[in-house]
Amino acid sequence: MTQVSVVFPAPVMPGLRNLLSRYAESTMWLARYMERIENLARLIEVTSTSVSATNMDAGWDSVIRINADEGLFFQRHGSASERSVVAFYITDSDNPDSIVSMARYARENARVLRPLISTEMWMHLNVFTRWVMELGPDDVGAGYLSTLCTRLKQDCQTHFGITEGTLYRDQAWLFYILGKNLERADQITRLIDIKYHTLLPSGVGVGSDIDMSQWTSVLRSAAAYHAFRRVLPEGMTPANIVGFLLKNDGFPRSLSTSLRSVYSVLGSLAGEYRLRHCAPIIERLEELRVTLVEQTVEDIIMRGLHEYMDWIQRELRQIQNEIAHAFWPPAIAVQPVGPGRMEQVQD
Amino acid sequence: MKMAAQAAGLFATYDIPDFFCELLNRGKDIPPPGLQLVRDRLAHFGLAELRRRAAAVEAQFYRLGITFTVYSDREAIDRVLPFDVIPRVLTATEWDHVERGVQQRVRAINLFLHDIYHDRHILNDGVVPHELVLGNANYCQAMVGLDVPGGVYVHINGTDLVRDRDGRFLVLEDNARTPSGVSYVLEDRQMMLRLMPDLARGLNIRPVDEYGPRLHRALAEVAPMGVDNPQVVLLSPGIYNAAYFEHVFLAREMGIPLVEGRDLMVEDGRVYMRTVAGPRPVHSIYRRLNDDFLDPQVFNPDSMLGVPGLVDAYRRGNVTLANAIGTGVADDKAVYAYMPRIIRYYLDEEPILTNVETHICAEREGLDYTLANIERLVVKPVGESGGYGLLIGPHATQAELDEFRALLRANPANYISQPVISLSVSPTLCPAGVEARHVDLRPFAVTGRDTWVLPGGLSRVALRKGSLVVNSSQGGGSKDTWVLAS
Repeated sequence: MTQVSVVFPAPVMPGLRNLLSRYAESTMWLARYMERIENLARLIEVTSTSVSATNMDAGWDSVIRINADEGLFFQRHGSASERSVVAFYITDSDNPDSIVSMARYARENARVLRPLISTEMWMHLNVFTRWVMELGPDDVGAGYLSTLCTRLKQDCQTHFGITEGTLYRDQAWLFYILGKNLERADQITRLIDIKYHTLLPSGVGVGSDIDMSQWTSVLRSAAAYHAFRRVLPEGMTPANIVGFLLKNDGFPRSLSTSLRSVYSVLGSLAGEYRLRHCAPIIERLEELRVTLVEQTVEDIIMRGLHEYMDWIQRELRQIQNEIAHAFWPPAIAVQPVGPGRMEQVQD
Repeated sequence: MKMAAQAAGLFATYDIPDFFCELLNRGKDIPPPGLQLVRDRLAHFGLAELRRRAAAVEAQFYRLGITFTVYSDREAIDRVLPFDVIPRVLTATEWDHVERGVQQRVRAINLFLHDIYHDRHILNDGVVPHELVLGNANYCQAMVGLDVPGGVYVHINGTDLVRDRDGRFLVLEDNARTPSGVSYVLEDRQMMLRLMPDLARGLNIRPVDEYGPRLHRALAEVAPMGVDNPQVVLLSPGIYNAAYFEHVFLAREMGIPLVEGRDLMVEDGRVYMRTVAGPRPVHSIYRRLNDDFLDPQVFNPDSMLGVPGLVDAYRRGNVTLANAIGTGVADDKAVYAYMPRIIRYYLDEEPILTNVETHICAEREGLDYTLANIERLVVKPVGESGGYGLLIGPHATQAELDEFRALLRANPANYISQPVISLSVSPTLCPAGVEARHVDLRPFAVTGRDTWVLPGGLSRVALRKGSLVVNSSQGGGSKDTWVLAS
């Protein structure tokens, strides 16, 4: 049959150059939620394999601490067992930090963005969210947890792949990259902050198998195990691990790589798109990067790793707030979909 | 009456009722070759195969999220508009008639709206009663004396048509406010070509995919004078609106931003949208928001969906609204009754598409007739849409008839009545097999410098056996409408 369209004069696409503030905000949060889901799924999976080799329930509390959910969690559960933590973080829709909640927020942000994103992006998110929402207690049992987490991670990675392959490269893309990398930076510093102590000798069994397995599990939680092996085949020490996760420029999830992406995106927004208000944000970011470059990991640890991670997280929140202020200022602030932990007021 | 032997297969058990059937019973006329081809191909499909494809269609719609969204407490529930895989086919001759009729009607409606908001000749000449227009709830004082670009009030119009026992097209109602449903037309077509390619092959079906560019061009054409590269936006109530999918769809088809009220602001009588680069001017707004919600300064002061100052900017001619404000007076069910006279008055032509015979209960004669014949009539309240609050006489109980008689006596001006039309049917895949179901047709007309009618339109089908109500909110579904090019 004939499906010949009438040819019209070149369409005017003015909308593409001036991204609606509301779209920018939703794009950023879509990326953040999907990144957060992937990180959480990986953390749960690694925790489940590493604790099962040692003590049944030890280790699950660190998942809660990484997410700073002690308050809400212990209101609802007596102790941090595998069962309670997994339920809390995967299927509990009353927990805003659970995967089911975040998948819903991601989809609602995508719903806002439907005029902008590709049909493939929307379709995948829609199917993914429906699947997550239907997960029941049987799907998250010990025997299935690893399979489930693998699928969750894969769906996030599919999302990132579809986005990379189909999202038009304009400001929306830049805000997406911004959200993804701010989230990664936040996640890696949380992970280091909470997990560092497990790397340290605990008096007994220095250099024993248990230490090694703790170290690998920290690397695996950041999807860094093989990359680390390639770069430092012999050098598995706590300082090297922390140094790799913070400062390695080749590792895609290291703090320095994430900050470099944020920096380059802000540069494009200020340069190619001539957006105002980028300068103070870039300045703050430069400061952050300098502290990372100028200190060795030994310096950082000596001066206090926890304090440094804490400071970086505060700076990241400040950057997020300044971005919000610059591109979706309070006068027009729209309620982003979902009460995630880093929205609007960050502390 | 059972089908003749030659069209067995799928239709072997098709019980053609005593109605005009779009596919299988066109009275004495010999069906044109294209139509015969569709019917022969369908006959060879077999019920199981047709069901398999229907299931695939539904799954696809669901994955794509082509849905109504119903928000309950905290969950978003997506409902798919039921879609029937058997297309409704119109010949080139039939379409030519419909197209000319719709264009004529849109022309008359625009002239009528201009007149009633300016000199009111038609009222002063006694063709349409003063109070019917000026006392109409949809008559908008803010529009009085305002000149809109090109004299176009109704840029997007949907005309609901039915066919009677003889296959004659009749206008059931006009939709001159914010008619919806066009996204289904385009999506249904996509889906049909993907899942029933063997049914469509070789037929010269008029394409529907130029709707977006046509609409964008029309909206640019009516932008305020002197704007070179007008910024067109679609204004939506947001993701909680049941038709949000359609808003998204149209924004994408036109390549324009979908905005909500909070994305727009008015300064010095000009409209801007809030972008990451700061405020950017907006010139033409395809609004999918009812009049009442557009501007809290002028209409509903509680509206959070609208834009304060929008009507002022509009009145200053700095922005175009499509459709214009106050067009509801033209698609009012009471004004509808006068539409043939309105067409003759402005165009000095006979209406190409006729109205269903309509009795105006505000007039003595009409009320008496309606009360005397209520069991044979459809009685409709004039303000409602969506098939609510109407009485279908032949299907009503004695108590319902009595109740409506009382309503009519209490407030006659609120009602019109029409004879029950033996709506045409179209074969439809039902739980028990392929059965006849009633259909209507809503062609969409887009008006900028001129009026273009999307070939086909939305065919809605009443999925319940015998039902005449095709509205999606009341169990209706849709069919792809094929207009044959020759």
